Amino acid sequence: MELLVNLIINGLATGMLIFLLAAGLTLIFGLMDVLNFAHGGLFVWGAYAGIFTYMLTESFIVGIIGAIVTGALLGLLTEKFIITPVYGNHIQQILITLGLMLVLQELIKVVFGPNGVAVKTPSYLAGSWEIGDVIIIKYRLFIIVIGFVIFGIFQYMLKRTKIGLIVRAGVQDKEMAQALGIHIKRVFLYVFMVGAALAALSGMLMAPYSGVIYAEMGMEYAILGFIVVVIGGMGSFSGSLLAAILVGLAGSFMAYYVPVLSLAVNMILMAIVLIFRPQGLFAMRKERTS
Amino acid sequence: MTTLLTLNEVHTHIGQYHILQGVNFEAKEGQVTVLLGRNGAGKTTTLKTIMGLTPATKGDIAFRSQSIKKSPTYKVAKLGIGYVPENQGIFADLTVEENMKVAMRKEDTATLERQQYVLELFPDLKKFWKKAGGHLSGGQKQMLSMARAFINDSQLILIDEPSKGLAPIVVEKVMEAIVEMKKKTSIVLVEQNFIMASRIGDTYTLIDDGRTVNSGNMQDLIYDEELKCKYLGIG
Repeated sequence: MELLVNLIINGLATGMLIFLLAAGLTLIFGLMDVLNFAHGGLFVWGAYAGIFTYMLTESFIVGIIGAIVTGALLGLLTEKFIITPVYGNHIQQILITLGLMLVLQELIKVVFGPNGVAVKTPSYLAGSWEIGDVIIIKYRLFIIVIGFVIFGIFQYMLKRTKIGLIVRAGVQDKEMAQALGIHIKRVFLYVFMVGAALAALSGMLMAPYSGVIYAEMGMEYAILGFIVVVIGGMGSFSGSLLAAILVGLAGSFMAYYVPVLSLAVNMILMAIVLIFRPQGLFAMRKERTS
Repeated sequence: MTTLLTLNEVHTHIGQYHILQGVNFEAKEGQVTVLLGRNGAGKTTTLKTIMGLTPATKGDIAFRSQSIKKSPTYKVAKLGIGYVPENQGIFADLTVEENMKVAMRKEDTATLERQQYVLELFPDLKKFWKKAGGHLSGGQKQMLSMARAFINDSQLILIDEPSKGLAPIVVEKVMEAIVEMKKKTSIVLVEQNFIMASRIGDTYTLIDDGRTVNSGNMQDLIYDEELKCKYLGIG
């Protein structure tokens, strides 16, 4: 029983970190039809900016804020100067954002040094609780809670507020949203900034979880983010959460029971979804002009 | 009668294709102006060009004497032009209520009164208020699209083929609704169904191969067998 609980907590924590990364990706992908391969770069910049802010101020909360602000600012610059000229052209988007990913990754080495940085969990989140035979690592529970809180906030915003309605409408039919008087380009920019901030937050939260940060981690996690977006369905926030949990749990259980398959399990899941439901498990319906 | 919209020698290119090659017409306040022509003549592109969705490459478009040729779509809409596209443009995952809400630019008394008015005009929308737009029938989607275009005190509404794909009884309802809406706003209507167009239109513009070939009062066209035969294939 304790093994099961621990595997579930591990899987959920990993899933939540991937969810935070994928949530921004799915919004950017779904609303803006932009393939942003630089998302991992925003993730790693969030990790470094957040952790260095944390080290300087000795406040983990200030570190989180630092990561979010860095992500949003980088998102603003990326959308304005990199993405805007390539709207509507997927090939150019892939090339230019892959290039940006490499630039962001190398800039990390220039600014923060080429070596990995060890990260300590803040004292109040370090250690674990023992409930019977079950050991619950505090930081993992913290990540799970943060993940659900952010999901709740975004679900509320998307379902219950006007701005959420506008985003959901824009995801489904950009032309019609504009014809109703919505300045969709401005919405794009805000969504991009929010997506980038979520990636940066994910990077910051990942740092104490993995214990070390390094420039190349962005690309590794971005691939997981893309897998989750494909499984969950483009533009679907709930789909991303469920797919991220699925990927997290599958990874956690496979790593224990069938370690040889643990690296391949995400690809297998994605392949199954692509064969039987290529639009993803929870894809939003789109109605296009004929 | 005040002229609301003027198109003067409008040309539009989509990619390498020269779709509109000189469209001219005026839409007057309080009237229904019908754009007629065969399939592929350029009627839908004309509406899209007015909205800025396929921007004009030559000529001018003026709304209340103000040029909107270079205005982005959202600004054209904010000036007071509503748009009901051929595919209705319903946000399938949003409920009827949410579709209406997303269209509202203000939530003041006047807007809520207009909402009340359209719900009386289209009682089905009230009945399916919490239903997802994607689950509505074709007729209900058409009604929702028209209601959405009307909600913001639009001075002019562009409606593209409202009868397309609908059962005759639903077409009748849609037509009655347009006649009712005409009392409160002006309309530019694209319609293939000549019987419907002739019953509700005040003026017409014939478009053929992307060009305006004839304009005038609808009553004159009804009795002009030669023109109907040449450009609409009727008679």
